[in-house]
Amino acid sequence: MELPRTIQETHAALVKGDISATELTGAYLQNIKEHNEVLHAFLSLHEEQAHTDAANIDKRLKAGEKIGTLEGIPLAIKDNILVNGTVTTAGSKILEHYCASYSATVIERLQERGAIVLGKTNMDDAAMGSSTESSYFGPTKNPWDITRVPGGSSGGSAAAVAGGLCVAALGSDTGGSIRQPASFCGVVGFKPTYGNVSRYGLIAMASSLDQIGTFGATVADASIVFDAIKGADKHDSSSANAISTDTYPQLSKALKGMQIGVPKEYFTDGMDSDVERSVREAIDVLKGLGAIIVDISLPHTKYGLSAYYIIQPAEVSANIARLDGIRYGYSARDSQNLSEVYMKSREEGLGEEVRRRVMLGTYTLSAGYADAYYKQAQKVRMLVTQDFTTAFADVDCIVTPTTPSPAFKLGEKSDPLSMYLQDIFTVSANIAGIPGLSVPCGFVERDGALLPVGLQILGRHFDDGTVLRVGHQYEQATEWHNKRPSL
Amino acid sequence: MISKEDVSHIAKLARLELTEDEKELFSQQLSSVLSYIEQLKEVDTTGIEYHYHVEGLENVMDEDEVTPADEDTRAALLDAMPDRAGDFLKVKGVFN
Repeated sequence: MELPRTIQETHAALVKGDISATELTGAYLQNIKEHNEVLHAFLSLHEEQAHTDAANIDKRLKAGEKIGTLEGIPLAIKDNILVNGTVTTAGSKILEHYCASYSATVIERLQERGAIVLGKTNMDDAAMGSSTESSYFGPTKNPWDITRVPGGSSGGSAAAVAGGLCVAALGSDTGGSIRQPASFCGVVGFKPTYGNVSRYGLIAMASSLDQIGTFGATVADASIVFDAIKGADKHDSSSANAISTDTYPQLSKALKGMQIGVPKEYFTDGMDSDVERSVREAIDVLKGLGAIIVDISLPHTKYGLSAYYIIQPAEVSANIARLDGIRYGYSARDSQNLSEVYMKSREEGLGEEVRRRVMLGTYTLSAGYADAYYKQAQKVRMLVTQDFTTAFADVDCIVTPTTPSPAFKLGEKSDPLSMYLQDIFTVSANIAGIPGLSVPCGFVERDGALLPVGLQILGRHFDDGTVLRVGHQYEQATEWHNKRPSL
Repeated sequence: MISKEDVSHIAKLARLELTEDEKELFSQQLSSVLSYIEQLKEVDTTGIEYHYHVEGLENVMDEDEVTPADEDTRAALLDAMPDRAGDFLKVKGVFN
């Protein structure tokens, strides 16, 4: 059955009666069963609950009740977001059987609006990685070329949307983990301003950088789901200043006269020339829509990745300390004493990348090194943030490539540092806390496969609406969002 | 730059029981990452004040009220425990 693609199209079909919520959920579950063995996008399915929820919506539709935009819309949820009473693994052995004792605020908000949770998607181990290869449960494949990675750490969610296994999805982004997989999989990925979406119920990676965000086939979809989940939450004090104005109603306001900055530091010598060309063409499209393109400089860009790889592992080492085999999760049974419980449970339960980052963080925070590394990184963080503040005095948003090159092959980036360099264009937005969006802007051909390219749009703190608007206007002036991989 | 001895010490702080091979591997890999990060020393940060919070939020408070967990939550938390003695979490001796 040819399923409607976007949230609005799906909603219209439900309201008209072209398809029932039960049929819709059933069709997506069927798609998943057909393709998940190859793609490995989903780790678990919530079939029973999904059918129950869909049946309730059908009952209301039959009774002639009006339904909201998200009612009956099947979503995929990254497996580091808690859904009460279900297994939440964070892609990690240490949480393989962990059952959530509450639902994340974002899940409660989505369920209040009648959205259907199809299941949980694959991710890098404890969200650490840029390819979904470090998942304890095996990698996810890129629907455009199954010999390549979907990106990470939200690779499962990105692949699920790209492969038509759900309408939209949630992910999380700490250094690019929504935007980079969105770029690799040819879908829209949105990281809100830090503090716009509650992190209550998100398994923490780096608490000053993490943000839950949305994936969709179109910017409008990413915007609709963002509007549903955003807003202050008393369970997450860092969300105190979250915006309450919806972004969806503003999407169609024209771009004429908008100043868009293009930073020279994001067009580096090592960049893939095909990627650069796609992005430059996208910038021309924006000019054609009436935007004024301004050359700008973000001078501390090259230090952003280094600052990130000190701050993030430091925060990771603190957050991962709770995974100790004591209150929940994997616990090493052959331990002779308390110290062994900690040492063995963590050695056996935490993947290599997780342990590497815990080690890095522990080192840079330890006595004698904290000043040279951690404090210096925090100061550089201020400088990176200042670069943006200065730029935003002249421009309303900034566009860059999302990644320096398209999706790489599984197993290609075996050296940790080469994997970290994947984040080079995305980390600055997390360090500064500003919103970032990746929209498809073209394809490159590699070994006979068509690989998507992403355009990154960055904006001022709490100006998520502008970022989404620019993305939507660009998307509607191009055809990229209509291209689908053949599975 | 980060020796195998450093790695042993850090592993102990981080409560990780690394194998000898892993200590060797991590020593190499962490040294490589730290070399890359060294470039931060180039940045002149004199006079830069930093705060830990990106938004500049301070002291977002909540009422200090105790709300007991509901029965389902309590049961879920107890179920998650690797080792139990009734309603108590069972662990190895702390002061051995």
